[in-house]
Amino acid sequence: MEKIKTNYSRRSFLKSTALAGGGLMISFSLVPEFLLAAKKNGTDLPGQWIELTGYVKITPDNNIKIICPNPEFGQNVMTSLPMIVAEELDVDWKNVIVEMGPHDNVKYGPQFVGGSNSMRMYWKPLREAGAAARHMLVEAAAQTWGVPVEEVTTKAGMLYHEKTGKSGKYGDFASKASAIPIPKGIKPKDLKNLYLVRTSRKNVEGLNIVTGKPLFGLDYTQDGMLIAMIHHPPAFGMKLKSFDASETLKMPGIKDVFNIKLYDEGSELGGFDIRTFNDLLVVVGNTTWEVMNARKKLNVQWEAAGETKETHNMFGRKMEVIIPGALESSDSSYKMMMERAKEPATLLRKDGDPETAFKNAAQVIERTYNGPFLPHNCMEPMNFFAHVTDEKALLAGPLQAPGWIEPTLSKVLKMPPDKIEIRMTRMGGGFGLRAYGHYLAEAALISRQIKAPVKLVYSREDDMTYGIYRPLYTATYRAALDANKNLIAFHVKGGGMPEHAIAANRFPAGAVDNYLAEGWELPSNVTVGAFRAPRSNFNAVAEQSFLDELAETMGRDPIELRLSLLKRAKENPVGKNNDYDPDRYAAVLTMVKEKSGWNNPEHKKYSRGVAAYFCHNSYAAHVVDIVKRDGQPYVERVYSAIDCGIVINPDAAANMVQGAVVDGIGNSFYGGMILREGVPEQNNFNRYRMIRFREAPKKIEVYFVQNDIDPTGLGEPPFPPVFGAVANALYKNMGKRFYDQPFNKDFSDGVNLKPQRKA
Amino acid sequence: MATYNLKINGQTKQVDVDPATPMLWVLREHLNMPGTKYGCGVAMCGACTIHVNGSAVRSCQLPVSAIGTSEITTIEGLSEKGDHPVQKAWIELDVPQCGYCQAGQIMTAAALLRTNPNPTDAQIEAAMNGNLCRCGTYLRIKAAIKSAAKQV
Ligand code: FES
Ligand code: FES
Repeated sequence: MEKIKTNYSRRSFLKSTALAGGGLMISFSLVPEFLLAAKKNGTDLPGQWIELTGYVKITPDNNIKIICPNPEFGQNVMTSLPMIVAEELDVDWKNVIVEMGPHDNVKYGPQFVGGSNSMRMYWKPLREAGAAARHMLVEAAAQTWGVPVEEVTTKAGMLYHEKTGKSGKYGDFASKASAIPIPKGIKPKDLKNLYLVRTSRKNVEGLNIVTGKPLFGLDYTQDGMLIAMIHHPPAFGMKLKSFDASETLKMPGIKDVFNIKLYDEGSELGGFDIRTFNDLLVVVGNTTWEVMNARKKLNVQWEAAGETKETHNMFGRKMEVIIPGALESSDSSYKMMMERAKEPATLLRKDGDPETAFKNAAQVIERTYNGPFLPHNCMEPMNFFAHVTDEKALLAGPLQAPGWIEPTLSKVLKMPPDKIEIRMTRMGGGFGLRAYGHYLAEAALISRQIKAPVKLVYSREDDMTYGIYRPLYTATYRAALDANKNLIAFHVKGGGMPEHAIAANRFPAGAVDNYLAEGWELPSNVTVGAFRAPRSNFNAVAEQSFLDELAETMGRDPIELRLSLLKRAKENPVGKNNDYDPDRYAAVLTMVKEKSGWNNPEHKKYSRGVAAYFCHNSYAAHVVDIVKRDGQPYVERVYSAIDCGIVINPDAAANMVQGAVVDGIGNSFYGGMILREGVPEQNNFNRYRMIRFREAPKKIEVYFVQNDIDPTGLGEPPFPPVFGAVANALYKNMGKRFYDQPFNKDFSDGVNLKPQRKA
Repeated sequence: MATYNLKINGQTKQVDVDPATPMLWVLREHLNMPGTKYGCGVAMCGACTIHVNGSAVRSCQLPVSAIGTSEITTIEGLSEKGDHPVQKAWIELDVPQCGYCQAGQIMTAAALLRTNPNPTDAQIEAAMNGNLCRCGTYLRIKAAIKSAAKQV
């Protein structure tokens, strides 16, 4: 067994960041400096954009442009964030042009997509930004007309003064308004007066998408651009020893083959500077096809990387991390984890006296759940454009967190941040992976080396076998019942490689008198990272399956048991720091119960499973209905109830929930990367099974709790409980419990892949 | 290297490429038509779907040398203004999330409706099963195909 050299497993930063979810919230307020930055004053030329605030530009002929601050990866922020500005600005949505903003953390705030943060982070600042711009226009009109500001009204891009009958377009006053200082503290409108937010608006990029416009990173091109690909080692724990590129260099279109280091020896890695391989073997040529082919002709010797040491700086917390050298296999890793699980672990939370309660219990149930590495498999493989000269660096492509990679780029290029420009293209998916910017640094270094604009392209195989997966997880749950089948104690002990998933203050913490949560970790050389609702996407299946089994053992209805525990957590909470709101939690369960007709005999042809979860500040519950189709379980219908506070764009929000449901079914049924001696066994969609059209449910009904709570995020929360609801419905359908993902290894329908993970 | 005169979206385009080059890369990198997407390169995702004489074909597996006089249609040429019934239905039902797979989905759907203007659910499933959508927009795709079917 590997010797554990450090308490800090590598890359265990997930919990300390916004990506991990829970109560953490990134917020910023719009200080006037933001708005004033780069503000240009007036012009009266038609067609000329006049900047009112950083977010709003208007032409004299009344075209309205709103800047979207946050990158887009399918969560529809390019539509919904500008809607918030437009609402307060009071313009007709159909006249609004939306533009993706440049990377500028001063002007546009954090510009970070992840942790279901976009709406939560930008709701208030964007309301302020829209209201401020409107106020400037009102003031400009009042000055021009010589009337009191309070008497000027607006509607749909027009200004009015009722008493004098005067009116004018925003464009008429844009120039004058732009000279007015941006006001502070303008109150956004009352929620009951919203006319745009809370109505369904179509994706502003819809036409561009359906006509195949070049929106994505892989579509980005520039004159003289070359294509680069990295040939990475075949296994985690290996590195480049030597290579002979003579055959490759003879191939048509090939410019160069070289070897560079990504980060300097001993350099300090920031929180999102994860990279799997540091020694890069790079092939550069004219076109992707030529580079792909020529790369196959490389003659490369790899060697074991051995144990290595890294210095990490996790947002100010410095640590030395030892990365083990062994070539890991999934089955032996699981064995190691099962051994480690028997040892003592770190105490995460304790209420009451769980040891005694378990000792005195009339009945104890104990179950262990396992989850595999999961690759993100974004539809658009990783890629980035870079053009680095001595004077400046231009980077363009798909990424979730430009602000986090910029300091890294500055460090590897030894260039001040103000000489680095990052342009954000639309992303063909992200799911957490594009928060890690190694591929930008790679592209930048390659461009500098070959002194040309270059696009770094990962093939699907490169992308899938590179790592930054969801960690390998396990968790054992125990419950103690008294002679009357009352729940008297609850214990969870979770572990992982290289980190565990346990969120100690989540439900049912707070609802049980005697509660114990523990965690342990084993180091690994497999890189891991945020995967849509990190940690929660494992907890929700383990905990929610366990509660289902517990309810059955106690002779209770699974929804009713959860509701009674939530009632306890509300009325007489146990312990401190419970991170959920029992009322909101109970509300989604009650809603899904009603909408699905839970317990209604008319649904008895279905095997029904329920689960609910709280993460990333929002609440989600699903009822999953399974039938047998061609002898195999098939999720035919799903009912979803969500509380994410105010829903900005309801139909787009429903689309995202439906997508999360499909994603959850797919990953719970089929998801799992298997390693053998460090080698990922699946490297493309012919070997890695993804949910397909025919396996998607026929119906997913989405319901949102209506309330006036500021938006609390939606990209991730609906995803984790899908796994749990699927597991619970599968039990009803198959007559056995499902403890290990992917579930289909126990009912393989023979299409592909029957992973045999556990020894 | 060899020279090919290809009929693409009603125009003749000349390229000088290696005969084995898949149409996917000819379109994307030689003809500057990046609407056709790379997703897997092994005919397992459908992102690269184009029409060859009206039928849906995975362009990542189609060498340029095999085209001959066939008529190629790509997403850029499916309609002049993005108003093919399938494209209109896609917008109407707000199908895309990230959008990366959607050109391929639309091309597969358009080819289906061309030969079968009134497909059953099973026929839609069979036609669309080779197109992956990582964002999980399958339900909306199905609804959009049914809606478009009423228009073609
Ligand atoms: S790229 Fe051709 S099918 Fe995936
Ligand atoms: S919309 Fe993102 S992959 Fe289909």
